[in-house]
Amino acid sequence: MLKLRDGIVELYRKVATSLPPDIEDALKTALPREEEGSAARSSLSIILENTRLARETVRPLCQDTGVPVFYLKVPIGLSQIELRETIIEATRMATEKVPLRPNAVDVVTEKNSGDNTGLGFPVIYFEETASGTLTIDLMLKGGGCENAGQTYRLPAAELNAQRDLEGVRRCVIDAVQKAQGKGCPPYIIGVGVGAAKDQVTRLSKEQLMRRLNDSNKVPELASLETRLLEDINQLGIGPHGMGGRTTALGVKVGVNHRHPASYFVDVSLSCWADRRGRLIW
Amino acid sequence: MVRTIDLSLPMSEEVARDLHAGDIVLMNGSMVTGRDRIHKFLVEQKPSPESLPFPLAGSVLYHCGPIMKKTEDGFKVIAAGPTTSMRVEMYEQEVISASGIRGVMGKGGMGDKTRQALKDHGCVYLNTIGGAAVYLADRITKVLGVWKLDEFGLAEAMWHLEVKDFPAIVTMDSHGNDIHRDIEASSMSKLRELIGLGQA
Repeated sequence: MLKLRDGIVELYRKVATSLPPDIEDALKTALPREEEGSAARSSLSIILENTRLARETVRPLCQDTGVPVFYLKVPIGLSQIELRETIIEATRMATEKVPLRPNAVDVVTEKNSGDNTGLGFPVIYFEETASGTLTIDLMLKGGGCENAGQTYRLPAAELNAQRDLEGVRRCVIDAVQKAQGKGCPPYIIGVGVGAAKDQVTRLSKEQLMRRLNDSNKVPELASLETRLLEDINQLGIGPHGMGGRTTALGVKVGVNHRHPASYFVDVSLSCWADRRGRLIW
Repeated sequence: MVRTIDLSLPMSEEVARDLHAGDIVLMNGSMVTGRDRIHKFLVEQKPSPESLPFPLAGSVLYHCGPIMKKTEDGFKVIAAGPTTSMRVEMYEQEVISASGIRGVMGKGGMGDKTRQALKDHGCVYLNTIGGAAVYLADRITKVLGVWKLDEFGLAEAMWHLEVKDFPAIVTMDSHGNDIHRDIEASSMSKLRELIGLGQA
């Protein structure tokens, strides 16, 4: 487990200091689409410059290194208790070594734990796998964009949104319009639909782990994802909310079966710095 | 017409009132950081200006919780981008009026109360690049001081920083102009068009 611990510290370093290549490419593609001399274009070019600098100097590309969210696929027989302890130990070390900003605050005492560990912090999800390899996915989810997410319960009269995929579409556009520039657009948008409140929020966040070129396997959802990206980029919010054509880089939708009485839609926004990475052990 | 302005800090009320929404500024001089807990403290405790280790009058208050590293020569800034300004909307009017700051900087813009305070006291809101934390940290040349470090921690303390060519865009000015409000309105009208609701 000691080697694994060091591997997780390195995973933290990689995820905090470098942007996934698909996101960086999407930002590069977006830049020439913005007008020359516009705030949108200059902020995209500063973002790209920042990304290069962070990678080259191995510094966190954003000072908010977020809430660490782990998704583990664990081979049969490997102890989840030990894995959890290893992740917590690696989190303490990474906070010091990378460094990460200490972000875990006790709700009662208002004291910052100083090492990014605490009650439910980091967030860790386990799933058993029949495969023989351990897969650890890590996302560093910034606080500003986390605050910009929304949960809807359909039908929603104010949007004239019914219980169908068109209703889902309306919720997503509304969530982005409400977010404006507060969560650092261009956004990557995760959507979760289903029966249970806790399940849809987890599902929407999981969508942020998908690569931008990962098209939905369900054709209806794939076309919803494409249409939503076009819709959102017409809103004119732009990079950092100062206007422009690039409000989002990708939209990903995940669904579960719903209950006849319940139709929840959760929208998770990621800032342009959708920091995610994988360790296979 | 976009103007790029070299702005020396601290600045006077006259300079602040001469800035307009859309102006790009490059700041030189000193500024301070302050986020959620500093705002709450300033408004609830109302400390006298003399009790602070550095002056706020004329300064820019940067909504930022940086990553700092302690070295033998003092603190070094690792990453220092803006945080969402709207969270301190309930405090900012009072902070502007009590402290005499001439600029508030962060990301995402602020609300009606702050817009009114910018007008009443001669101050601007500056939007800087969210997430460009390394790029912006490289424009901070020196950590001049810190206040409330033990009590609030690294991210929430008030840092006194020397900056060189620190970039931002004036998005809310002292004349009532507000780029965030305008984009919110135009995007709302686009949303209504996209989902077939008709205009409000």
